[in-house]
Amino acid sequence: MCLAIPGKILTIEEQNNVRIGRVQFGGITRETCLDFCPEAEVGDYVIVHVGFAISRVDREEAERSYALLESMGVLEAELQSDLEDL
Amino acid sequence: MKYLDEYRDGRIARALMAEIARRATRPWVLMEICGGQTHTLMRFGIDEMLPPGVEMVHGPGCPVCVTPLEIIDKAIDIASRPGVTLVSYGDMLRVPGSHQDLFQVKANGGDVRIVYSPTEALKFARANPGRQVVFFAVGFETTAPANAMAVWQAKREGLKNFSMLASHVLVPPAIRALLSSPRNRVQGFIGPGHVCTVMGYREYEELIREFRVPIVVGGFEPVDLLEAILMLVVQLEEGRAEVENQYVRSVTYEGNLPAQKVLAEVFEVCDRKWRGLGGIAESGLALRAEYADFDADRIFGTQGVTAEEPAECISAEVLQGWRKPTDCPAFATRCTPENPLGAPMVSSEGACAAYYQYRRHLATAPGGR
Amino acid sequence: MTRGTKQETNIEAGLVCPVPIVSRDSVLLGHGSGGRMSAELLHDIFLPAFQNSVLARLDDQAIVEVNGCRLAFTTDSFVVKPMFFPGGDIGSLAVNGTINDLAMGGAVPLFLSLAFILEEGLSMDVLRQVVESIRVAAGLAGVSIVTGDTKVVEKGSGDGIFVNTSGIGMVPGSLCLSADQARPGDRVLLSGTIGDHGITILSQREGLQFESAIQSDTAALHTLVADMLCAGDGIRCLRDPTRGGLSSSLNEIAGRSQVGIHLDETSIPIREDVQGACEMLGLDPLYVANEGKLVAIVDPHSAEPVLEAMRQNPLGRGAQIIGTVTDTHPGLVTMRTRLGTSRIVDLLSGDQLPRIC
Repeated sequence: MCLAIPGKILTIEEQNNVRIGRVQFGGITRETCLDFCPEAEVGDYVIVHVGFAISRVDREEAERSYALLESMGVLEAELQSDLEDL
Repeated sequence: MKYLDEYRDGRIARALMAEIARRATRPWVLMEICGGQTHTLMRFGIDEMLPPGVEMVHGPGCPVCVTPLEIIDKAIDIASRPGVTLVSYGDMLRVPGSHQDLFQVKANGGDVRIVYSPTEALKFARANPGRQVVFFAVGFETTAPANAMAVWQAKREGLKNFSMLASHVLVPPAIRALLSSPRNRVQGFIGPGHVCTVMGYREYEELIREFRVPIVVGGFEPVDLLEAILMLVVQLEEGRAEVENQYVRSVTYEGNLPAQKVLAEVFEVCDRKWRGLGGIAESGLALRAEYADFDADRIFGTQGVTAEEPAECISAEVLQGWRKPTDCPAFATRCTPENPLGAPMVSSEGACAAYYQYRRHLATAPGGR
Repeated sequence: MTRGTKQETNIEAGLVCPVPIVSRDSVLLGHGSGGRMSAELLHDIFLPAFQNSVLARLDDQAIVEVNGCRLAFTTDSFVVKPMFFPGGDIGSLAVNGTINDLAMGGAVPLFLSLAFILEEGLSMDVLRQVVESIRVAAGLAGVSIVTGDTKVVEKGSGDGIFVNTSGIGMVPGSLCLSADQARPGDRVLLSGTIGDHGITILSQREGLQFESAIQSDTAALHTLVADMLCAGDGIRCLRDPTRGGLSSSLNEIAGRSQVGIHLDETSIPIREDVQGACEMLGLDPLYVANEGKLVAIVDPHSAEPVLEAMRQNPLGRGAQIIGTVTDTHPGLVTMRTRLGTSRIVDLLSGDQLPRIC
């Protein structure tokens, strides 16, 4: 449950004392409330649920953990092609 | 889409699959909590890819499914009144109440509208001062802060025509209830990634201490779920029972403190009845007394509304992982998305609906298409 | 299927389900969605009343023979809200929609009728704008509006404008395109990106708005169809996937031909921004409406030449082969996901709803 997707903050402004970001999701843009992510800045990615950012994507963590996954993927693909060659 | 597409990479998924098959030397029963995670498992056929010993059963993580019958009836009651606009997330419109659903209320002239965000509900209220706008606020801890903000802002602005019919549920008490049941088969949990984004995963440490069952907080894309399953299998094989975090790009130990703060300001913990599961102590959120002016239940006098909820329904068994939707004799025969017998068949996140939509041709129950 | 508000008792398992089956004694929005509920309405009410062999084919158009001449005849009503949207309006939809229904039968569209139901209080300027739109669309497509009607209903009884268009076209020779013609081995061709129209409409709806460059793809497809028919005689069936999306059309074909259809997710073209909107709202693009696309079932030998011909036409530049017709699982549409696994592409019950879950 809890459909939330990552988007990139394009602009930030204050509307009625609320911090609103224009966040881009793969080509569309929507106003998003940033009050739960005060540390998020333009250029950051945030995870957005029902028009509210609930977390700022931790790029270092994401890159680190993805690199491990990526190398698993490469290794497995090599293994598969080795097996096919036999 | 960055941070989404790469977690649907087939090559990495297959590598994780292979590793799970290598590591699992014995059968394990795992449960994913969130309906969104169930949806992904079904949509990408991940449960098909798992080695035969690793069984996924589906949890009660669908707020639509578990919203108590009487809340739906209250929403229907309120939406049917003249001068009222009921504003809701899309999921709730098809959930059957005791006699009808919100779509039928619409058909009979009720003003029922769908919004993507609670801010839209507020906008509507501001733009239509002549109407009583009631926001049907359902959800887990993920959605509660956003719903809380709507009421908080309404109070700050002194909006006179906005109120909320709130029915929130909390995940950790539900897991506790599942684990406490003598019929429990689940040996490891994929924790709810977006609930934990808001709440952190501190609360799960208590659970693993008490029940010695590993919990891995997982994301929602295929690679996330497969990685979380792998981490669970590794723990189980090694005899460990710890809380781990797979969804590191979004979840931290403490969670989102500003969101938790607004939650605590607007809501307080209460006992809550879960449709299909029954009453679970301290498993819900209700508006605090300071927000009584925004409590639709009080304003519209629906507190007395109760609904007949007969003892058992296989929904309960499915939601707790004791049975699969395909085990239900009514699955895909008497119970279909058009004529749902229970809520898990209605919500797109419900296990039964997911099975119906993606997996029906494999159903072992008689009937089918 | 049982109806009624009594509790359904599951005697075998000794369980009683708390949710009664809801009886359908009134029309709901879902009945107009193009999914299972629409099919129910058709099968429960309309077909039994109007039994004849032409209607029973349930194609997008009726092909009738009059004095040796094969005519295609169709009707469609347009109730879109908002009335005006990026890429088009209710007027252009009304023309293109009916032309497309004719074109899916291989017909050359010739004449349209045009009927309005107008709500009292509708701005005359709005009406002029819609009429101008119709004029332009009909001119582009080379069809004439030859007859019409206007009714006005009291304020509150309509949605501004309801439009109905009916169309007549000529079907060449012995061409027989129909949903029951698909055979195992046939290829499934799609003329371009899916979901553009439906997402455009949603992006304009109060409560769901977002910014995008997405426009409705509304277009008259008869020239594309003509090019395809020239390229090969192995075309079995054409459909324009409007409400209910690609899934609806393919499920109809699979059902009528009693074949299976197997799609490849990675071949289905979709714009990045449409994908983004679907992700945000929790929608599956396979169920989102299109107004300027067609899906074709083509025999394997003609597939490549027809695909090439499509790509030469501006309305088919993005054409792809997206799947195959099989003899396994007749009546079901399945899809190979990008992970290499398989899922059903089912017919939806009513409208797809944006979700938070």
